[in-house]
Amino acid sequence: MRAILRLTLVEMKLFVREPLALVFVFAFPLFVLFVLGGVFGNDVDLQDEENLRVWRGVGPADYYQPAYIGLVMASVGLITMPLRITSYREQGVLRRFEAAGVAKTAILGSQLLVGLGMMTVGAAAIVVASNLSQGTSLSESWGLTVPAYLLSAITFAVLGLMLGSVLPGSRAAQGAGMLLFFVMMFISGAGPPREVLANGMKGFSELLPLTHVILLLQDTWLAAEWDGTASLVVAAFLVVAGAVTLRFFRWE
Amino acid sequence: MADAAAIRVQGLQKRYGDLRAVDGATFAVLPNEIYGIIGANGSGKTTTVECLQGLRRVDGGEVAVLGLDPGVHGAQLRGRIGSQLQSSALPERLKVWEALELFAALSPKRRDWRDLLAEWGLEEKRNAAFGDLSGGQQQRLFIALALVNEPEIVFLDEMTTGLDPQARRVAWDLIERVRERGATVVLVTHFMDEAEILCDRIAVFQRGTVIAEDTPRGLIEQFVGGGVVRFSTQVNELSFLDGTPGLERWERDGQRVTATGSGPLLAQVAARLVAHDIAPLDLRVELPTLDDVFVKLAGERSE
Ligand SMILES: Nc1ncnc2c1ncn2[C@@H]1O[C@H](COP(=O)(O)OP(=O)(O)OP(=O)(O)O)[C@@H](O)[C@H]1O
Ligand SMILES: [Mg+2]
Repeated sequence: MRAILRLTLVEMKLFVREPLALVFVFAFPLFVLFVLGGVFGNDVDLQDEENLRVWRGVGPADYYQPAYIGLVMASVGLITMPLRITSYREQGVLRRFEAAGVAKTAILGSQLLVGLGMMTVGAAAIVVASNLSQGTSLSESWGLTVPAYLLSAITFAVLGLMLGSVLPGSRAAQGAGMLLFFVMMFISGAGPPREVLANGMKGFSELLPLTHVILLLQDTWLAAEWDGTASLVVAAFLVVAGAVTLRFFRWE
Repeated sequence: MADAAAIRVQGLQKRYGDLRAVDGATFAVLPNEIYGIIGANGSGKTTTVECLQGLRRVDGGEVAVLGLDPGVHGAQLRGRIGSQLQSSALPERLKVWEALELFAALSPKRRDWRDLLAEWGLEEKRNAAFGDLSGGQQQRLFIALALVNEPEIVFLDEMTTGLDPQARRVAWDLIERVRERGATVVLVTHFMDEAEILCDRIAVFQRGTVIAEDTPRGLIEQFVGGGVVRFSTQVNELSFLDGTPGLERWERDGQRVTATGSGPLLAQVAARLVAHDIAPLDLRVELPTLDDVFVKLAGERSE
Protein backbone atom coordinates (compact mmCIF):
# COMPACT_ATOMS: atom_id res chain seq x y z
CA MET A 1 0.00 0.00 0.00
CA ARG A 2 2.86 2.33 0.88
CA ALA A 3 4.47 1.53 -2.46
CA ILE A 4 1.24 2.34 -4.29
CA LEU A 5 0.97 5.72 -2.59
CA ARG A 6 4.63 6.56 -3.22
CA LEU A 7 4.39 5.64 -6.88
CA THR A 8 1.12 7.51 -7.24
CA LEU A 9 2.56 10.72 -5.83
CA VAL A 10 5.61 10.58 -8.07
CA GLU A 11 3.51 9.73 -11.09
CA MET A 12 1.17 12.65 -10.45
CA LYS A 13 4.13 15.01 -10.26
CA LEU A 14 5.37 13.65 -13.57
CA PHE A 15 2.01 14.26 -15.22
CA VAL A 16 1.98 17.85 -14.12
CA ARG A 17 5.38 18.24 -15.80
CA GLU A 18 3.99 16.91 -19.05
CA PRO A 19 1.65 19.53 -20.50
CA LEU A 20 0.91 17.50 -23.63
CA ALA A 21 -0.51 14.60 -21.68
CA LEU A 22 -2.90 17.01 -20.01
CA VAL A 23 -4.29 18.31 -23.29
CA PHE A 24 -6.39 15.28 -23.99
CA VAL A 25 -7.62 15.06 -20.46
CA PHE A 26 -8.83 18.63 -20.11
CA ALA A 27 -8.61 20.65 -23.26
CA PHE A 28 -10.33 18.24 -25.60
CA PRO A 29 -13.56 17.62 -23.66
CA LEU A 30 -13.76 21.33 -22.82
CA PHE A 31 -13.31 22.14 -26.49
CA VAL A 32 -16.14 19.78 -27.43
CA LEU A 33 -18.27 21.29 -24.70
CA PHE A 34 -17.91 24.78 -26.12
CA VAL A 35 -18.42 23.71 -29.72
CA LEU A 36 -21.54 21.64 -29.09
CA GLY A 37 -22.75 24.13 -26.51
CA GLY A 38 -22.53 26.75 -29.21
CA VAL A 39 -24.47 24.56 -31.63
CA PHE A 40 -27.28 23.39 -29.35
CA GLY A 41 -27.34 25.77 -26.41
CA ASN A 42 -29.48 24.61 -23.51
CA ASP A 43 -32.92 25.74 -24.69
CA VAL A 44 -35.07 23.45 -26.76
CA ASP A 45 -38.82 23.13 -26.82
CA LEU A 46 -39.40 20.33 -24.34
CA GLN A 47 -43.12 20.22 -25.21
CA ASP A 48 -41.97 18.72 -28.50
CA GLU A 49 -42.07 14.90 -28.21
CA GLU A 50 -39.11 14.45 -30.50
CA ASN A 51 -36.94 16.80 -28.46
CA LEU A 52 -38.04 15.11 -25.28
CA ARG A 53 -36.91 11.74 -26.60
CA VAL A 54 -33.62 12.88 -28.12
CA TRP A 55 -32.45 14.96 -25.17
CA ARG A 56 -33.78 12.65 -22.48
CA GLY A 57 -36.13 15.30 -21.12
CA VAL A 58 -33.63 18.08 -20.49
CA GLY A 59 -31.84 20.81 -22.46
CA PRO A 60 -28.83 19.77 -24.58
CA ALA A 61 -26.25 21.29 -22.24
CA ASP A 62 -27.76 19.42 -19.31
CA TYR A 63 -27.84 16.26 -21.40
CA TYR A 64 -24.17 16.63 -22.32
CA GLN A 65 -22.84 17.46 -18.87
CA PRO A 66 -22.81 13.84 -17.58
CA ALA A 67 -21.95 12.61 -21.08
CA TYR A 68 -18.78 14.69 -21.07
CA ILE A 69 -17.84 13.36 -17.68
CA GLY A 70 -17.99 9.95 -19.33
CA LEU A 71 -15.95 11.33 -22.22
CA VAL A 72 -13.19 12.45 -19.84
CA MET A 73 -13.10 8.94 -18.36
CA ALA A 74 -12.83 7.48 -21.84
CA SER A 75 -9.99 9.75 -22.89
CA VAL A 76 -7.96 8.98 -19.77
CA GLY A 77 -8.74 5.25 -19.85
CA LEU A 78 -8.41 4.67 -23.58
CA ILE A 79 -5.62 7.08 -24.53
CA THR A 80 -3.60 8.41 -21.62
CA MET A 81 -3.22 5.32 -19.47
CA PRO A 82 -2.41 2.72 -22.17
CA LEU A 83 0.14 5.08 -23.71
CA ARG A 84 1.77 5.62 -20.35
CA ILE A 85 2.01 1.95 -19.48
CA THR A 86 3.22 0.76 -22.89
CA SER A 87 5.83 3.52 -23.03
CA TYR A 88 7.10 2.55 -19.61
CA ARG A 89 7.37 -1.04 -20.73
CA GLU A 90 9.10 -0.11 -23.97
CA GLN A 91 11.63 2.18 -22.32
CA GLY A 92 12.50 -0.33 -19.59
CA VAL A 93 11.00 1.68 -16.74
CA LEU A 94 8.84 -1.27 -15.70
CA ARG A 95 11.90 -3.55 -15.66
CA ARG A 96 13.65 -1.07 -13.39
CA PHE A 97 10.72 -1.22 -10.95
CA GLU A 98 10.48 -4.99 -11.23
CA ALA A 99 14.17 -5.34 -10.36
CA ALA A 100 13.60 -3.15 -7.31
CA GLY A 101 11.04 -5.66 -6.06
CA VAL A 102 7.96 -3.53 -6.76
CA ALA A 103 4.89 -5.78 -7.02
CA LYS A 104 2.85 -5.66 -10.20
CA THR A 105 -0.20 -4.82 -8.11
CA ALA A 106 1.64 -1.72 -6.87
CA ILE A 107 2.39 -0.57 -10.41
CA LEU A 108 -1.17 -1.25 -11.52
CA GLY A 109 -2.65 0.27 -8.38
CA SER A 110 -0.68 3.47 -8.73
CA GLN A 111 -1.59 3.83 -12.41
CA LEU A 112 -5.21 3.24 -11.45
CA LEU A 113 -5.13 5.96 -8.79
CA VAL A 114 -3.40 8.44 -11.07
CA GLY A 115 -6.00 7.71 -13.78
CA LEU A 116 -8.86 8.22 -11.32
CA GLY A 117 -7.28 11.46 -10.15
CA MET A 118 -7.03 12.81 -13.67
CA MET A 119 -10.59 11.78 -14.46
CA THR A 120 -11.84 13.54 -11.39
CA VAL A 121 -10.04 16.79 -12.11
CA GLY A 122 -11.28 16.61 -15.71
CA ALA A 123 -14.86 15.92 -14.59
CA ALA A 124 -14.76 18.86 -12.20
CA ALA A 125 -13.55 21.09 -15.02
CA ILE A 126 -16.48 19.95 -17.16
CA VAL A 127 -19.04 20.67 -14.45
CA VAL A 128 -17.60 24.11 -13.72
CA ALA A 129 -17.37 25.02 -17.40
CA SER A 130 -20.90 23.91 -18.30
CA ASN A 131 -22.31 25.65 -15.27
CA LEU A 132 -20.64 28.90 -16.07
CA SER A 133 -21.30 28.82 -19.79
CA GLN A 134 -24.73 27.22 -19.98
CA GLY A 135 -26.13 27.41 -16.48
CA THR A 136 -26.57 23.63 -16.25
CA SER A 137 -27.92 22.00 -13.12
CA LEU A 138 -26.01 19.92 -10.61
CA SER A 139 -26.87 16.29 -9.92
CA GLU A 140 -30.38 15.50 -8.80
CA SER A 141 -28.96 12.88 -6.47
CA TRP A 142 -25.33 12.86 -5.33
CA GLY A 143 -26.12 9.71 -3.39
CA LEU A 144 -26.57 7.91 -6.72
CA THR A 145 -24.18 9.95 -8.83
CA VAL A 146 -21.15 9.34 -6.63
CA PRO A 147 -21.38 5.52 -6.74
CA ALA A 148 -22.21 5.68 -10.46
CA TYR A 149 -19.21 7.92 -10.99
CA LEU A 150 -16.88 5.66 -9.04
CA LEU A 151 -18.05 2.51 -10.80
CA SER A 152 -17.67 4.15 -14.21
CA ALA A 153 -14.32 5.80 -13.52
CA ILE A 154 -12.80 2.65 -12.04
CA THR A 155 -14.06 0.65 -15.01
CA PHE A 156 -12.46 2.98 -17.53
CA ALA A 157 -9.26 3.13 -15.50
CA VAL A 158 -9.10 -0.67 -15.44
CA LEU A 159 -9.80 -0.73 -19.18
CA GLY A 160 -6.74 1.54 -19.42
CA LEU A 161 -4.68 -0.95 -17.42
CA MET A 162 -5.93 -3.75 -19.63
CA LEU A 163 -5.04 -1.97 -22.88
CA GLY A 164 -1.65 -1.07 -21.40
CA SER A 165 -1.11 -4.73 -20.52
CA VAL A 166 -2.17 -6.36 -23.78
CA LEU A 167 -1.06 -3.85 -26.41
CA PRO A 168 2.45 -4.58 -27.64
CA GLY A 169 3.85 -1.05 -27.67
CA SER A 170 3.22 2.66 -27.50
CA ARG A 171 2.49 2.95 -31.22
CA ALA A 172 -0.20 0.32 -30.97
CA ALA A 173 -1.51 2.02 -27.85
CA GLN A 174 -1.72 5.34 -29.61
CA GLY A 175 -3.51 3.89 -32.62
CA ALA A 176 -5.90 1.61 -30.79
CA GLY A 177 -6.59 4.20 -28.11
CA MET A 178 -7.50 6.95 -30.57
CA LEU A 179 -9.66 4.62 -32.61
CA LEU A 180 -11.60 3.34 -29.61
CA PHE A 181 -11.94 6.82 -28.21
CA PHE A 182 -13.35 8.41 -31.35
CA VAL A 183 -15.70 5.54 -32.10
CA MET A 184 -17.08 5.72 -28.60
CA MET A 185 -17.24 9.49 -28.64
CA PHE A 186 -19.35 9.53 -31.81
CA ILE A 187 -21.82 6.77 -31.10
CA SER A 188 -22.01 6.43 -27.32
CA GLY A 189 -24.00 9.60 -26.77
CA ALA A 190 -21.23 12.10 -26.16
CA GLY A 191 -21.41 13.38 -29.73
CA PRO A 192 -24.79 13.19 -31.42
CA PRO A 193 -27.47 11.93 -29.01
CA ARG A 194 -27.94 8.19 -29.51
CA GLU A 195 -31.63 8.67 -30.41
CA VAL A 196 -30.68 10.30 -33.71
CA LEU A 197 -28.34 7.46 -34.74
CA ALA A 198 -29.36 4.97 -37.40
CA ASN A 199 -30.70 1.76 -35.84
CA GLY A 200 -27.67 -0.34 -36.71
CA MET A 201 -25.32 2.20 -35.14
CA LYS A 202 -27.49 2.44 -32.10
CA GLY A 203 -27.42 -1.32 -31.71
CA PHE A 204 -23.66 -1.37 -32.10
CA SER A 205 -23.25 1.35 -29.50
CA GLU A 206 -24.82 -0.98 -26.94
CA LEU A 207 -21.62 -3.02 -27.10
CA LEU A 208 -19.51 -0.09 -25.96
CA PRO A 209 -18.78 0.63 -22.31
CA LEU A 210 -19.06 4.40 -22.73
CA THR A 211 -22.71 4.06 -23.83
CA HIS A 212 -23.63 2.42 -20.55
CA VAL A 213 -21.47 4.73 -18.49
CA ILE A 214 -23.26 7.72 -20.00
CA LEU A 215 -26.71 6.19 -19.47
CA LEU A 216 -25.83 5.40 -15.88
CA LEU A 217 -24.44 8.87 -15.17
CA GLN A 218 -27.29 10.68 -16.93
CA ASP A 219 -29.94 8.75 -15.05
CA THR A 220 -28.49 9.53 -11.66
CA TRP A 221 -27.63 13.10 -12.58
CA LEU A 222 -30.77 14.15 -14.45
CA ALA A 223 -33.46 11.98 -12.89
CA ALA A 224 -32.08 10.59 -9.62
CA GLU A 225 -32.62 7.10 -11.04
CA TRP A 226 -30.36 4.05 -11.07
CA ASP A 227 -30.11 2.23 -14.38
CA GLY A 228 -29.68 -1.33 -13.17
CA THR A 229 -28.90 -2.81 -16.58
CA ALA A 230 -26.32 -0.17 -17.45
CA SER A 231 -24.60 -0.59 -14.10
CA LEU A 232 -24.42 -4.36 -14.56
CA VAL A 233 -22.93 -3.98 -18.02
CA VAL A 234 -20.34 -1.52 -16.71
CA ALA A 235 -19.50 -3.85 -13.83
CA ALA A 236 -19.09 -6.72 -16.30
CA PHE A 237 -16.57 -4.67 -18.28
CA LEU A 238 -14.75 -3.97 -15.02
CA VAL A 239 -14.53 -7.63 -14.06
CA VAL A 240 -13.39 -8.81 -17.47
CA ALA A 241 -10.85 -6.01 -17.89
CA GLY A 242 -9.49 -6.64 -14.41
CA ALA A 243 -9.08 -10.36 -15.05
CA VAL A 244 -7.39 -9.79 -18.42
CA THR A 245 -5.04 -7.25 -16.84
CA LEU A 246 -3.93 -9.56 -14.07
CA ARG A 247 -3.49 -12.39 -16.52
CA PHE A 248 -1.60 -10.54 -19.25
CA PHE A 249 0.36 -7.77 -17.54
CA ARG A 250 4.01 -7.98 -18.64
CA TRP A 251 7.03 -6.14 -17.30
CA GLU A 252 8.78 -6.21 -20.67
CA MET B 1 31.91 -24.46 1.75
CA ALA B 2 29.08 -26.51 0.30
CA ASP B 3 26.24 -24.49 1.76
CA ALA B 4 28.09 -21.32 2.50
CA ALA B 5 27.78 -20.03 -1.08
CA ALA B 6 25.91 -16.78 -1.60
CA ILE B 7 24.89 -17.97 -5.05
CA ARG B 8 24.87 -21.49 -6.38
CA VAL B 9 24.07 -22.24 -10.01
CA GLN B 10 23.90 -25.81 -11.27
CA GLY B 11 23.27 -26.64 -14.94
CA LEU B 12 21.28 -23.47 -15.62
CA GLN B 13 19.26 -23.57 -18.86
CA LYS B 14 17.44 -20.68 -20.48
CA ARG B 15 16.01 -20.76 -24.00
CA TYR B 16 14.52 -18.03 -26.16
CA GLY B 17 12.59 -20.04 -28.71
CA ASP B 18 15.18 -22.30 -30.32
CA LEU B 19 18.12 -20.32 -29.03
CA ARG B 20 19.86 -21.74 -26.00
CA ALA B 21 20.97 -18.47 -24.41
CA VAL B 22 22.21 -20.24 -21.27
CA ASP B 23 23.10 -23.87 -21.67
CA GLY B 24 24.28 -25.61 -18.54
CA ALA B 25 26.13 -22.85 -16.71
CA THR B 26 27.47 -24.00 -13.34
CA PHE B 27 29.25 -21.83 -10.79
CA ALA B 28 29.13 -20.64 -7.19
CA VAL B 29 29.75 -17.24 -5.66
CA LEU B 30 31.11 -17.05 -2.12
CA PRO B 31 29.85 -14.55 0.45
CA ASN B 32 31.56 -11.18 0.33
CA GLU B 33 33.35 -12.05 -2.88
CA ILE B 34 33.57 -9.80 -5.94
CA TYR B 35 32.76 -12.31 -8.65
CA GLY B 36 33.35 -11.41 -12.27
CA ILE B 37 31.53 -12.70 -15.32
CA ILE B 38 33.20 -12.17 -18.66
CA GLY B 39 32.52 -13.53 -22.12
CA ALA B 40 31.78 -12.53 -25.69
CA ASN B 41 28.63 -10.63 -26.71
CA GLY B 42 25.67 -12.96 -26.62
CA SER B 43 27.38 -15.59 -24.47
CA GLY B 44 24.53 -15.46 -21.95
CA LYS B 45 25.92 -13.26 -19.16
CA THR B 46 22.99 -10.90 -18.89
CA THR B 47 20.47 -13.72 -19.21
CA THR B 48 22.23 -15.56 -16.38
CA VAL B 49 22.26 -12.65 -13.94
CA GLU B 50 18.65 -11.87 -14.80
CA CYS B 51 17.74 -15.46 -13.97
CA LEU B 52 19.59 -15.10 -10.67
CA GLN B 53 17.42 -12.09 -9.85
CA GLY B 54 14.22 -13.89 -10.73
CA LEU B 55 13.62 -11.53 -13.64
CA ARG B 56 13.53 -14.42 -16.09
CA ARG B 57 11.97 -17.83 -15.71
CA VAL B 58 14.54 -20.59 -15.70
CA ASP B 59 14.04 -23.50 -18.13
CA GLY B 60 16.25 -25.98 -16.32
CA GLY B 61 18.91 -26.51 -13.70
CA GLU B 62 19.08 -25.28 -10.14
CA VAL B 63 19.62 -21.79 -8.84
CA ALA B 64 19.93 -20.70 -5.22
CA VAL B 65 20.54 -17.10 -4.24
CA LEU B 66 20.96 -16.48 -0.51
CA GLY B 67 19.53 -19.97 -0.19
CA LEU B 68 16.33 -19.04 -2.02
CA ASP B 69 15.01 -20.05 -5.42
CA PRO B 70 14.61 -16.78 -7.35
CA GLY B 71 11.85 -18.31 -9.47
CA VAL B 72 9.76 -18.93 -6.36
CA HIS B 73 10.87 -16.24 -3.92
CA GLY B 74 11.72 -13.56 -6.47
CA ALA B 75 9.85 -10.78 -4.75
CA GLN B 76 11.27 -11.55 -1.32
CA LEU B 77 14.75 -11.86 -2.77
CA ARG B 78 14.64 -8.59 -4.66
CA GLY B 79 14.30 -6.69 -1.41
CA ARG B 80 17.67 -8.12 -0.36
CA ILE B 81 19.59 -7.72 -3.59
CA GLY B 82 20.63 -4.69 -5.59
CA SER B 83 20.39 -4.58 -9.31
CA GLN B 84 21.89 -2.51 -12.07
CA LEU B 85 20.48 -3.87 -15.31
CA GLN B 86 22.24 -3.69 -18.64
CA SER B 87 19.18 -2.01 -20.09
CA SER B 88 16.45 -0.22 -18.22
CA ALA B 89 15.22 3.33 -17.81
CA LEU B 90 13.48 5.78 -15.56
CA PRO B 91 10.67 8.15 -16.48
CA GLU B 92 12.17 10.98 -18.56
CA ARG B 93 11.05 13.75 -16.25
CA LEU B 94 11.86 12.10 -12.95
CA LYS B 95 14.55 14.08 -11.14
CA VAL B 96 17.69 12.47 -9.77
CA TRP B 97 16.84 13.09 -6.12
CA GLU B 98 13.26 11.95 -6.66
CA ALA B 99 14.47 8.67 -8.15
CA LEU B 100 16.77 8.00 -5.22
CA GLU B 101 14.13 8.96 -2.69
CA LEU B 102 11.49 6.84 -4.43
CA PHE B 103 13.63 3.71 -4.68
CA ALA B 104 14.79 4.13 -1.09
CA ALA B 105 11.18 4.39 0.01
CA LEU B 106 10.24 1.30 -2.01
CA SER B 107 12.81 -0.95 -0.34
CA PRO B 108 12.47 -2.64 3.04
CA LYS B 109 15.99 -1.68 4.17
CA ARG B 110 17.67 1.50 3.03
CA ARG B 111 20.74 3.67 3.13
CA ASP B 112 20.53 7.43 3.29
CA TRP B 113 20.16 8.25 -0.38
CA ARG B 114 21.88 11.61 0.10
CA ASP B 115 25.16 9.78 0.81
CA LEU B 116 24.81 7.89 -2.45
CA LEU B 117 24.07 11.11 -4.28
CA ALA B 118 27.38 12.51 -3.08
CA GLU B 119 29.42 9.31 -3.47
CA TRP B 120 28.38 8.81 -7.07
CA GLY B 121 29.05 12.41 -8.03
CA LEU B 122 25.43 13.33 -8.66
CA GLU B 123 25.15 16.19 -6.19
CA GLU B 124 25.29 18.79 -8.94
CA LYS B 125 22.62 16.95 -10.89
CA ARG B 126 20.21 16.34 -8.05
CA ASN B 127 17.50 18.46 -9.66
CA ALA B 128 18.15 17.35 -13.23
CA ALA B 129 15.58 15.16 -14.99
CA PHE B 130 16.67 11.62 -15.87
CA GLY B 131 16.16 12.36 -19.57
CA ASP B 132 18.57 15.31 -19.39
CA LEU B 133 21.46 13.33 -17.88
CA SER B 134 24.42 12.21 -19.96
CA GLY B 135 24.82 8.48 -20.52
CA GLY B 136 27.48 8.18 -17.84
CA GLN B 137 25.42 10.15 -15.35
CA GLN B 138 22.41 7.92 -15.97
CA GLN B 139 24.66 4.94 -15.43
CA ARG B 140 25.93 6.31 -12.12
CA LEU B 141 22.36 6.93 -11.01
CA PHE B 142 21.51 3.31 -11.80
CA ILE B 143 24.45 2.07 -9.73
CA ALA B 144 23.38 4.32 -6.86
CA LEU B 145 19.84 2.92 -7.13
CA ALA B 146 21.24 -0.61 -7.00
CA LEU B 147 22.86 0.21 -3.66
CA VAL B 148 20.08 2.19 -2.02
CA ASN B 149 18.53 -0.84 -0.30
CA GLU B 150 21.81 -1.83 1.37
CA PRO B 151 21.80 -5.10 -0.61
CA GLU B 152 23.35 -8.35 0.54
CA ILE B 153 24.21 -9.15 -3.06
CA VAL B 154 24.55 -6.55 -5.78
CA PHE B 155 24.40 -7.43 -9.47
CA LEU B 156 26.18 -5.00 -11.76
CA ASP B 157 25.78 -5.65 -15.48
CA GLU B 158 28.36 -3.59 -17.38
CA MET B 159 28.50 -1.08 -14.58
CA THR B 160 31.21 1.15 -16.01
CA THR B 161 30.05 1.18 -19.63
CA GLY B 162 29.73 4.83 -20.56
CA LEU B 163 31.80 6.11 -17.64
CA ASP B 164 34.84 8.26 -18.30
CA PRO B 165 38.21 6.88 -17.12
CA GLN B 166 38.18 9.01 -13.98
CA ALA B 167 34.63 7.98 -13.09
CA ARG B 168 35.51 4.32 -13.68
CA ARG B 169 38.30 4.50 -11.12
CA VAL B 170 35.98 6.16 -8.65
CA ALA B 171 33.42 3.42 -9.35
CA TRP B 172 36.03 0.72 -8.63
CA ASP B 173 36.85 2.30 -5.26
CA LEU B 174 33.21 2.57 -4.38
CA ILE B 175 32.51 -1.05 -5.29
CA GLU B 176 35.48 -2.10 -3.18
CA ARG B 177 33.81 -0.18 -0.32
CA VAL B 178 30.47 -1.86 -0.97
CA ARG B 179 32.25 -5.15 -0.45
CA GLU B 180 33.89 -3.87 2.73
CA ARG B 181 30.41 -3.10 4.04
CA GLY B 182 29.76 -6.82 3.75
CA ALA B 183 28.01 -7.24 0.41
CA THR B 184 28.69 -9.83 -2.26
CA VAL B 185 29.19 -8.37 -5.73
CA VAL B 186 28.50 -10.00 -9.09
CA LEU B 187 30.09 -7.97 -11.83
CA VAL B 188 29.48 -8.56 -15.54
CA THR B 189 32.05 -6.66 -17.55
CA HIS B 190 33.81 -6.32 -20.87
CA PHE B 191 36.70 -4.37 -19.33
CA MET B 192 39.46 -6.82 -18.56
CA ASP B 193 41.43 -4.31 -16.48
CA GLU B 194 38.34 -3.81 -14.35
CA ALA B 195 37.86 -7.56 -13.90
CA GLU B 196 41.52 -8.08 -13.08
CA ILE B 197 41.64 -5.27 -10.51
CA LEU B 198 38.30 -5.82 -8.80
CA CYS B 199 37.42 -9.48 -8.99
CA ASP B 200 38.45 -12.20 -6.59
CA ARG B 201 37.34 -14.83 -9.06
CA ILE B 202 36.06 -14.77 -12.59
CA ALA B 203 33.84 -17.03 -14.66
CA VAL B 204 34.42 -17.07 -18.39
CA PHE B 205 31.21 -17.60 -20.35
CA GLN B 206 31.02 -19.10 -23.80
CA ARG B 207 27.82 -20.12 -25.55
CA GLY B 208 25.88 -20.17 -22.33
CA THR B 209 28.28 -22.24 -20.26
CA VAL B 210 31.15 -21.48 -17.92
CA ILE B 211 34.28 -22.68 -19.66
CA ALA B 212 36.68 -21.53 -16.96
CA GLU B 213 36.49 -20.21 -13.40
CA ASP B 214 39.47 -19.03 -11.37
CA THR B 215 41.24 -16.03 -9.89
CA PRO B 216 42.44 -13.53 -12.50
CA ARG B 217 46.05 -14.70 -11.96
CA GLY B 218 45.00 -18.32 -12.07
CA LEU B 219 43.21 -17.84 -15.38
CA ILE B 220 46.21 -16.12 -16.87
CA GLU B 221 48.62 -18.80 -15.72
CA GLN B 222 46.34 -21.59 -16.76
CA PHE B 223 45.51 -20.33 -20.22
CA VAL B 224 48.29 -18.12 -21.48
CA GLY B 225 51.14 -18.99 -19.20
CA GLY B 226 54.06 -17.03 -17.92
CA GLY B 227 55.24 -14.30 -20.15
CA VAL B 228 57.88 -12.89 -22.42
CA VAL B 229 61.26 -11.52 -21.32
CA ARG B 230 62.94 -9.05 -23.68
CA PHE B 231 66.35 -7.43 -23.64
CA SER B 232 69.07 -6.42 -26.05
CA THR B 233 72.75 -7.23 -25.97
CA GLN B 234 75.74 -7.11 -28.27
CA VAL B 235 77.05 -10.40 -26.92
CA ASN B 236 76.59 -13.08 -29.52
CA GLU B 237 77.14 -16.18 -27.45
CA LEU B 238 73.92 -16.77 -25.48
CA SER B 239 73.66 -20.53 -25.49
CA PHE B 240 73.95 -20.44 -21.68
CA LEU B 241 70.27 -19.44 -21.75
CA ASP B 242 69.34 -22.95 -22.79
CA GLY B 243 68.11 -24.89 -19.79
CA THR B 244 66.95 -21.83 -17.83
CA PRO B 245 64.14 -23.12 -15.57
CA GLY B 246 60.76 -22.26 -17.09
CA LEU B 247 62.19 -21.17 -20.42
CA GLU B 248 60.41 -22.64 -23.40
CA ARG B 249 62.28 -20.98 -26.22
CA TRP B 250 64.33 -17.97 -27.06
CA GLU B 251 65.20 -16.23 -30.26
CA ARG B 252 67.25 -13.24 -31.33
CA ASP B 253 66.72 -10.67 -34.00
CA GLY B 254 69.89 -8.62 -34.37
CA GLN B 255 70.61 -7.34 -30.85
CA ARG B 256 67.08 -7.95 -29.61
CA VAL B 257 66.41 -11.14 -27.68
CA THR B 258 63.00 -12.57 -26.82
CA ALA B 259 62.62 -15.38 -24.27
CA THR B 260 59.27 -17.05 -23.78
CA GLY B 261 58.30 -19.22 -20.83
CA SER B 262 56.52 -19.44 -17.52
CA GLY B 263 57.19 -19.21 -13.80
CA PRO B 264 59.55 -16.54 -12.44
CA LEU B 265 61.14 -16.23 -15.84
CA LEU B 266 62.48 -12.69 -15.46
CA ALA B 267 64.44 -13.55 -12.33
CA GLN B 268 65.84 -16.75 -13.84
CA VAL B 269 66.96 -15.08 -17.06
CA ALA B 270 68.41 -12.12 -15.16
CA ALA B 271 70.42 -14.44 -12.91
CA ARG B 272 72.00 -16.14 -15.91
CA LEU B 273 72.74 -12.89 -17.68
CA VAL B 274 74.38 -11.36 -14.63
CA ALA B 275 76.41 -14.52 -14.09
CA HIS B 276 77.78 -13.98 -17.58
CA ASP B 277 78.48 -10.31 -16.97
CA ILE B 278 75.64 -9.15 -19.13
CA ALA B 279 73.44 -6.42 -17.61
CA PRO B 280 71.06 -5.13 -20.25
CA LEU B 281 69.50 -1.76 -19.47
CA ASP B 282 66.26 -2.68 -21.15
CA LEU B 283 65.62 -6.06 -19.51
CA ARG B 284 61.90 -6.32 -18.95
CA VAL B 285 59.08 -8.80 -18.73
CA GLU B 286 55.73 -8.66 -20.44
CA LEU B 287 53.19 -10.56 -18.42
CA PRO B 288 50.02 -11.60 -20.13
CA THR B 289 46.83 -9.96 -18.95
CA LEU B 290 43.26 -11.06 -18.73
CA ASP B 291 42.88 -9.58 -22.21
CA ASP B 292 45.02 -12.40 -23.55
CA VAL B 293 42.87 -14.94 -21.71
CA PHE B 294 39.76 -13.39 -23.16
CA VAL B 295 41.09 -13.42 -26.68
CA LYS B 296 42.15 -17.01 -26.31
CA LEU B 297 39.09 -18.38 -24.55
CA ALA B 298 36.11 -16.27 -25.32
CA GLY B 299 37.17 -14.48 -28.43
CA GLU B 300 35.36 -17.05 -30.46
CA ARG B 301 31.98 -15.54 -31.42
CA SER B 302 29.05 -17.09 -29.65
CA GLU B 303 26.39 -16.55 -32.22
N1 LIG C 1 14.61 -11.13 -24.63
C1 LIG C 1 15.26 -11.89 -25.52
N2 LIG C 1 14.60 -12.52 -26.51
C2 LIG C 1 15.22 -13.30 -27.39
N3 LIG C 1 16.55 -13.52 -27.39
C3 LIG C 1 17.28 -12.91 -26.44
C4 LIG C 1 16.66 -12.08 -25.47
N4 LIG C 1 17.65 -11.61 -24.64
C5 LIG C 1 18.78 -12.13 -25.10
N5 LIG C 1 18.59 -12.92 -26.17
C6 LIG C 1 19.61 -13.69 -26.90
O1 LIG C 1 20.23 -14.56 -25.97
C7 LIG C 1 21.62 -14.60 -26.16
C8 LIG C 1 22.33 -14.22 -24.88
O2 LIG C 1 22.07 -12.86 -24.60
P1 LIG C 1 22.65 -12.12 -23.33
O3 LIG C 1 22.01 -10.77 -23.32
O4 LIG C 1 22.49 -12.97 -22.15
O5 LIG C 1 24.18 -11.99 -23.73
P2 LIG C 1 25.36 -11.23 -22.99
O6 LIG C 1 26.40 -12.23 -22.70
O7 LIG C 1 24.85 -10.42 -21.87
O8 LIG C 1 25.86 -10.28 -24.18
P3 LIG C 1 26.45 -8.78 -24.16
O9 LIG C 1 27.89 -8.89 -23.82
O10 LIG C 1 26.27 -8.33 -25.56
O11 LIG C 1 25.66 -8.00 -23.18
C9 LIG C 1 21.91 -13.67 -27.32
O12 LIG C 1 22.07 -14.44 -28.48
C10 LIG C 1 20.69 -12.80 -27.43
O13 LIG C 1 20.44 -12.44 -28.78
MG1 LIG D 1 24.78 -8.44 -21.49
